[in-house]
Amino acid sequence: MAHERTLTVGGHPVRVLEDGQGVGVPAVFFAGIGGLPRWIPFLDHLAASRRVIAPSLPGFPGAADFRHLDSLLDWIVHAVETIEALDEHPVDLLGSSVGGALAAEVAALAGSLVNRLVLIAPFGVYDEADPAADIWAQVPGPDAIPNLVCSDPENWKTAWQLPEGAEAIDFQVMHSRAMEAAARLLFPFGDTGVVSRLHRVTHPTLLLRGDEDRVLPASYNDRFRAALPGEVRTATIEAAGHLAELDAPEATAREINAFLADQEFSRGEA
Amino acid sequence: MKNLWFHLMPYKDLPDDFRDEHPSVWVDIDAGLLDAKRVHEHYNEYLDELEYAGESGFDGVCCNEHHQNGYGLMPSPNLIASTLTRRTTKPAICVMGNSLALYNPPTRVAEEFAMLDCMSGGRLIAGFPVGTPMDTIFAYGQNPSKLRDRYYEAHDIVMKAWSEPDTFSFNGRFNQLRYVNVWPRPVQQPHPPVWIPGGGSVETWRWCAEMDYVYSYLSYFGYKAGAATMQGFWDEMDRLGKDRNPYRAGFLQFVAVGETEQEALELYREPAEYFYGRCLHVNPKWASPAGYQSEATIRGKVQSQVALAAQASRAGAGPKAGPMGAAREWKDILDLGYVIAGDPDQVAERIREVCINLNVGHLMLLCQFGNMSTELAKYNTRLYAEKVLPQITDLFDDEWEDRWWPKPLIERAVPRDLPVAAGG
Repeated sequence: MAHERTLTVGGHPVRVLEDGQGVGVPAVFFAGIGGLPRWIPFLDHLAASRRVIAPSLPGFPGAADFRHLDSLLDWIVHAVETIEALDEHPVDLLGSSVGGALAAEVAALAGSLVNRLVLIAPFGVYDEADPAADIWAQVPGPDAIPNLVCSDPENWKTAWQLPEGAEAIDFQVMHSRAMEAAARLLFPFGDTGVVSRLHRVTHPTLLLRGDEDRVLPASYNDRFRAALPGEVRTATIEAAGHLAELDAPEATAREINAFLADQEFSRGEA
Repeated sequence: MKNLWFHLMPYKDLPDDFRDEHPSVWVDIDAGLLDAKRVHEHYNEYLDELEYAGESGFDGVCCNEHHQNGYGLMPSPNLIASTLTRRTTKPAICVMGNSLALYNPPTRVAEEFAMLDCMSGGRLIAGFPVGTPMDTIFAYGQNPSKLRDRYYEAHDIVMKAWSEPDTFSFNGRFNQLRYVNVWPRPVQQPHPPVWIPGGGSVETWRWCAEMDYVYSYLSYFGYKAGAATMQGFWDEMDRLGKDRNPYRAGFLQFVAVGETEQEALELYREPAEYFYGRCLHVNPKWASPAGYQSEATIRGKVQSQVALAAQASRAGAGPKAGPMGAAREWKDILDLGYVIAGDPDQVAERIREVCINLNVGHLMLLCQFGNMSTELAKYNTRLYAEKVLPQITDLFDDEWEDRWWPKPLIERAVPRDLPVAAGG
């Protein structure tokens, strides 16, 4: 059962979920689009062998405040200060989708906070010749986002199932706030310009994506791969969409566990 | 009460199969459908119609701003308004309006509106819409999460640019301007009347009350669907301790006047079905990007949708009754009150009833809609001006003052006749 606590980052409350035990470096997870309405099985698979800490990103479930963040720099500083506030760095930093965009920035600009880096279908680049889906232009309806971000929309719906005693309207507002937060950071293309900073990311890095990602094309991970100077492992998760951790929690965690345990990888020895 | 004549400037040649063969009238409308020669004709006819309305007794003429839109050929309403300053002499010129967050720097709006106010001798009504998601988020690429804050900041810049006597600097969240000192300044002091076109958000109502601006509900779905929104507005004014001066409010209504009811029903069917069938064919994917609506509005909307659904199920109403499930057949368009049609007495009676029930002092009328010919638009306009308007124009004036109406110069310059060119 995950523990929950609240940190204060830049004066704003941030929910932290954590579980697992281990003596090594803890893994910190920045969630993908929508955030974590609850602890998910993917995190259990990681927590079987290590401590896993999931601080909410601004606007995602557990951290309602985000409209004070205007520039990309504001977001990056918040992400950096979140890791600092956990006070357990360096950490293995894992980021998916929106969280992947910020994890890459933390590694680029505050590299000493990070041990190893795992990016699951990170936002951050855009290619007019191979465009990403427009997640902000979707026909409204309960299936729009689930169909887009998961290979099996039921996986999203399970994560977003209304907890007992919760108000449906509160959950709906939480969902819409999370989508807005992603827009605030990434609208319209998700292009943060990170490619020009990736030469600073010398950490061993694992780049993952679901083979049924309907949001970001495969070529986007290739762009990250080409710009990263250190040792990079890439893998594709089968039968998984944009949020591979929701569609294939076990397979995604298996790739990550193997990478984090692999002693072949070490920083600066690429 | 005030009657304002509103033009949307629709493109009239959307094909019969538009709904089936094309995804949307807005944002990604097929440019292959556009014939610029037809647009040339449209602009000239539409300006004729506005000028005709402006000189035939309407209190004001209105234009508005849309982008990448097949039913609104006015990406720049200020261009339209500027020609109206020269070719009309009496009516208020209501620009409804400039979507403030889209202008960079926003002082551009302060400048152009000041120009219009000077050109027209103080006839300008300054409309400040946030703008639809189609216009602002998708056509103009604004971040939906920052749009409203940008809008409010732009508003502050414009108002300060009009009121501050000296050059000032503005160090805002989104705009940094070292020297603000717009030339010219508006004729109307301290500023032209400000009207806010809005949907049904409580924040907008409160803001209008706080700033003492007119709230205008510009819906295409008429007085029946609009009644709940206007009720919400007035309830909020009551809560805020504001008076029920009907001139605090504006409302848009389609009208179709014939010499007889039968004539009206025959003449206006086609343009109405063109408008509701083709012009409102907007891909729903453009309708609600995350962040465009505030959390309070989402809460209000979810709750009111629940309330509406419950109401509809009690009343046994079909899905077409909701404003988003827009009707497209003439009979439904009439039954639901999207268009008020009839002979002049019928229309006058209904309009009077609507203005009283909704407590609206500024009525914006769409007399041209869809693919209506310029002859029919002028016929509709003339019948309204001559036979409807006189029956209703006295409404409210014995009790309320319109504090939100332009105050033009008494002595105004007028265009001189063109010199006759030798040899033509």
